[in-house]
Amino acid sequence: MSSTIEQIASQEYKYGFITDIEADQAPPGLNEDIIRLISAKKNEPEWMLEFRLKAFRHWLTMKEPTWANIKYGPIDYQATSYYSAPKQKKKLNSLDEVDPELRATFAKLGISLEEQKRLSGVAVDAVFDSVSVATTFRTELAKVGVIFCSFSDAVQNHPELVQKYLGSVVPYTDNFFATLNSAVFTDGSFCYIPKGVRCPMELSTYFRINSANTGQFERTLIVADEGATVSYLEGCTAPMRDENQLHAAVVELVALDNASIKYSTVQNWYPGDKEGRGGIYNFVTKRGKAFKNAKLSWTQVETGSAITWKYPSCILQGDNSIGEFYSVALTNHRQQADTGTKMIHLGKNTRSTIVSKGISAGRGQQTYRGEVKIMKSAEGARNYSQCDSLLLGDKCGAHTFPYIEVRNSTAKMEHEASTSKIGEDQLFYCQQRGISAEDAVSMIVNGFCREVFKELPMEFAVEATKLLGVSLEGAVG
Amino acid sequence: MSTVLDDRFTLAPVHIDGEPERVRRIREQAAERFNVLGWPTTRSEDWKYTSLASLTSIDWKIDQRQPEGNDPASPFGDQPVAELMFVNGTLHANRSALANEHPGIRVMPIGEAMETESFTQHFSRYADYEKHAMTALNTAMWQDGAYIEIAPGTVVEGFIHLLYVGGGNAEHPIASHHRNLIVAGRGSQITVVESFFGKGTYFTNTVTEIVAGDGAVVDHYKFENESLDAFHIGTVQIHQERASNVTSRTIATGGGLVRNEINAALTGEGASLSMEGLFVLSGKQHVDNHTVIDHVAPHCDSVELFKGILDENARGIFDGRIIVEPDAVKTNSRQTNKNLLLSETAVIDSKPSLEIHNDDVKCNHGSTIGQLDEEALFYLRARGIGAEEARNLLVYAFASEIVERMKVDAVRENAGRALFSRMPKRLPERRSESR
Repeated sequence: MSSTIEQIASQEYKYGFITDIEADQAPPGLNEDIIRLISAKKNEPEWMLEFRLKAFRHWLTMKEPTWANIKYGPIDYQATSYYSAPKQKKKLNSLDEVDPELRATFAKLGISLEEQKRLSGVAVDAVFDSVSVATTFRTELAKVGVIFCSFSDAVQNHPELVQKYLGSVVPYTDNFFATLNSAVFTDGSFCYIPKGVRCPMELSTYFRINSANTGQFERTLIVADEGATVSYLEGCTAPMRDENQLHAAVVELVALDNASIKYSTVQNWYPGDKEGRGGIYNFVTKRGKAFKNAKLSWTQVETGSAITWKYPSCILQGDNSIGEFYSVALTNHRQQADTGTKMIHLGKNTRSTIVSKGISAGRGQQTYRGEVKIMKSAEGARNYSQCDSLLLGDKCGAHTFPYIEVRNSTAKMEHEASTSKIGEDQLFYCQQRGISAEDAVSMIVNGFCREVFKELPMEFAVEATKLLGVSLEGAVG
Repeated sequence: MSTVLDDRFTLAPVHIDGEPERVRRIREQAAERFNVLGWPTTRSEDWKYTSLASLTSIDWKIDQRQPEGNDPASPFGDQPVAELMFVNGTLHANRSALANEHPGIRVMPIGEAMETESFTQHFSRYADYEKHAMTALNTAMWQDGAYIEIAPGTVVEGFIHLLYVGGGNAEHPIASHHRNLIVAGRGSQITVVESFFGKGTYFTNTVTEIVAGDGAVVDHYKFENESLDAFHIGTVQIHQERASNVTSRTIATGGGLVRNEINAALTGEGASLSMEGLFVLSGKQHVDNHTVIDHVAPHCDSVELFKGILDENARGIFDGRIIVEPDAVKTNSRQTNKNLLLSETAVIDSKPSLEIHNDDVKCNHGSTIGQLDEEALFYLRARGIGAEEARNLLVYAFASEIVERMKVDAVRENAGRALFSRMPKRLPERRSESR
């Protein structure tokens, strides 16, 4: 078994490659001029620039947070280039006009646009570095009135919607990384589902960092109007890099009365090599606001990044709203993850569920940090939290820091957590029945994560299982 | 001691007669450290839920006068085998002569024990004044306290009682700092009960260090029943050696602003710890329970259970942390926090956390917050039990898990009394219709 393990453990990052495309890049550094440059490049209206500058000025007064249970060297914010767009000669009308090399990259990732279009019926807004290259299915979506486009297009074509909802869930003053994002974000996705519409297909975006030394600052805004329903998929792979790359994204979800948003993520940024060199620093702010009877559901599978700092949250503002959080996080080698969720109960009879599964291997450090806050107005609120950790190897760590704050006595709260390793008896049982140790471990781990995987849409569930297979089996020993 | 939050304020250590050079030095270092750390603020993660602003705005005096009124009496009468009573930080009564006749038992004020070998070896080794400002304050300022040493193999029948009485008023607020050291030798057995009560406005800052030698069995009880205007900050620091068995129980029913800090380090293989707590609060009480269980050695077990009952505008906090160090394999650990909210305005913050650095462990924790079961209430009412009684019965049942486990009869009865005296007098509130 050990030779197989060695082999898998030492396997190179599968998606490590660099696409050579001439990039239109801003000089490194961060100041008002750069922000004006980004804004000008994107041909943004005045209010957008104002928003960025306000955020930037606020950012200057902020300090980088240090409370998270992660260690990393200082980040030089002046050494990063904040704008990079693949150079394009003209506007594209169809997929055929997309840079062939770019399309080859997607093909390598197994997400060729045509294939996506033809086989899976998933509309893909592929973000290549910072500018959207192609958006498919837009016409089909437009039939039912769904707007699904890149953020910059939305700023141009639907300014009233963007202006209304941008920063309404994550204000520009929110936290250090969200504020930085508000100042310098280059692109992202925008999605609007009109009243009463059930989005006919699952929306999906593949993010990908490509140009060296470019922090990726994505901004996603999803608005589900009254009674609308949408399921959104987000997946990431990033090529190999020696230098740490900064990724500070912001995702805002707005679910108006009776709406429902399901947001699923598979995150597989480059985690750095075995010694912890390189890898992505992933500092993400994700938050949703649920109005009356609305439902928000976060599902995430986090296997990549050298550092993950991410707390998808739900503000349950309307009565009877529901928040869910399902997470599988895996850290191997020297990866560190400090992740969890926040459930803020404001409305009456709001309910939330948290299921978090952490797997720690090698020298990985894994922290679950979750907050459940039941405010005074949240009559009859209900929460159930469960966070389990699985430890593989004697040098890894798993930590659980739940914060439970209750301000209303009609609340019912349960929190459970456990930490253990794979039982010898379980392994023995499987091996006795002719299942190899390797398969047995994979089986047990998949069983451990099942509760979360079953929440993922089909396509993602397959990818997630594969990812775990690659990232984890090698660590068993 | 002026305590107003002020950059110019510097703490000068107190010295008592006959203090050895080492203690002098520790006090000076602790004072220096306190001047660096300053009073804890809610900006620090450990003090996130408790603000000391109301404490630090008072100009505390150290005064060893007796509080007015009758001579304070022990709740246990003459049941304990030995008893030391401290009033406002100084020894008031010493009933330990009988116990000290036994060759293996030494119970005395800590000031008299400063030359002993055990004191030199253990004093201030476990309660960390480098990190904890309040321990630093205590280490620099303590005036008196108890010293208990049990020789190897000695079994103490019954229990030793330490009683602290505070008293003061708004015009004359009094601060007292107690320092205790309990050393249980190899294979010894001992039960120590600490009780705190008083009248008016005062501030008690106490640190108790407990050393359980190889195979020692130590039962520690703390009854915190301070006056409702009092401030209480108490640290119990437990150090466990090989195969020792320690039980720590904290019953908090009194005090205006209370912080119970209970920390244990399991440093010898096979040690086991049971840490329990009960807090029954009403009015505007604020009780912050902060525990750290550090598994340093392999094959250790720990069980932690904290229960809270909160009424009216009370605020309860449970912040428990279990750390399993890289070498502490085969650790078994369980942490539970259960809370009962009896009023609409009570507030609870629960933060049970695990920090695990190796894979060969079994750890879990759980936390629940809820109300009295309406069906159980209905069941009792249907059988002709009054609303108030039914409610008290259920509240008592919730708390009894901790009370019933107390081994010493007198102590258990005392806990039961303390609990009953805190039973809510009101009828249950009507729940709003929205549910």
